[in-house]
Amino acid sequence: MAHIDLGNDLPGIRGPMAFRPETAKPLNELAEILLRDDDNTLSRGERELIGAYVSSLNDCFFCQNVHGGLAQYYMQCDMPFIDAIKRDPMATSLSGKMKALLVIAGKVQASGKAVTAADVAAAREQGATDREIHDAVLIAAAFCMFNRYVDGLGTWAPQDRQYYVNRAPQRAAEGYIDFDLYK
Amino acid sequence: MAHINVPEGVPGIRSLVLFRPETGKPLYDLAQVLLRGESPLSPAERELIAAYVSSRNHCGFCMNSHAAAARCLYEDEKGVVDAILTSVDTAPVSEKLKALLAIAGKVQVSGKSVTPADVAAAREQGADDREIHDTVLIAAAFSMFNRYVDGLASWTPEDPAVYEEMGRRMAKGYVLPQTNQ
Repeated sequence: MAHIDLGNDLPGIRGPMAFRPETAKPLNELAEILLRDDDNTLSRGERELIGAYVSSLNDCFFCQNVHGGLAQYYMQCDMPFIDAIKRDPMATSLSGKMKALLVIAGKVQASGKAVTAADVAAAREQGATDREIHDAVLIAAAFCMFNRYVDGLGTWAPQDRQYYVNRAPQRAAEGYIDFDLYK
Repeated sequence: MAHINVPEGVPGIRSLVLFRPETGKPLYDLAQVLLRGESPLSPAERELIAAYVSSRNHCGFCMNSHAAAARCLYEDEKGVVDAILTSVDTAPVSEKLKALLAIAGKVQVSGKSVTPADVAAAREQGADDREIHDTVLIAAAFSMFNRYVDGLASWTPEDPAVYEEMGRRMAKGYVLPQTNQ
């Protein structure tokens, strides 16, 4: 049970979003522009993967499965591949650029101050642009917020991981702005 | 120097949202609704929570700017801000606010570290669900803002007068900056 009476029994972030729509609006607008907008040289799958990776580091079950499910859908891969990335991105077949961006995202998860000039230089050497480095940092930072919002209020999450995989195509089509919190 | 090519001479998050206004817009909208919108917590109390979490994250820019905004909003009671940043236990604020700051401090570490006992303690001091919700989201949001500002190594001015000026502007609300000025 959630720590407060949310007035609904929705899972994860949807509970507090329905409780307080005024703050849900900019939160969803941020997710839409950051994760789904097509004016970006990082694919939707790559951006969702950064979100899933950081959520996994923060041990947030709901977020890592929602966004892992979306990454899996966009990247047309399977759950074991997503899980391998969460365990150790370096041991996977991801591009050198994505590996370097996930190193930065992992540092941001620990603390903004943990990101070094060498981390950023390593990402640039793999072809990452300033915009891509910016977005990787902001996605990682944003998930440090979303994860805390979801777990700090003690929301519940469906435990069957397939639930999130099954919902991913619909969630990908709807996006983060024009969707029904109750569906 | 910042890790990426943001406008020079512009401090903190302002330089980052000038670099990428598309994401800056919802970030500033979030700050406005969360810190200035309708809430049972006063804008001064909400700025204090923001400064407290930023202090725990060692984010000098966010801590100094939101502390300055809180001092402006607390007016005659502005001493409260530095008292809290020094020690919550001895600061002259209500037990309710202390209990909410304890929750904010837990959220700063991890969402999962907030316990039913923390929430019950805040309720015993009169905190309602909306106040607990807003406290958790403010603490979570500053766990983002702090990482954004420091993760890109944006410029953190040293001069306290810069933050006083910033605090006066922030006390009026959050509007996405359009130019380097």
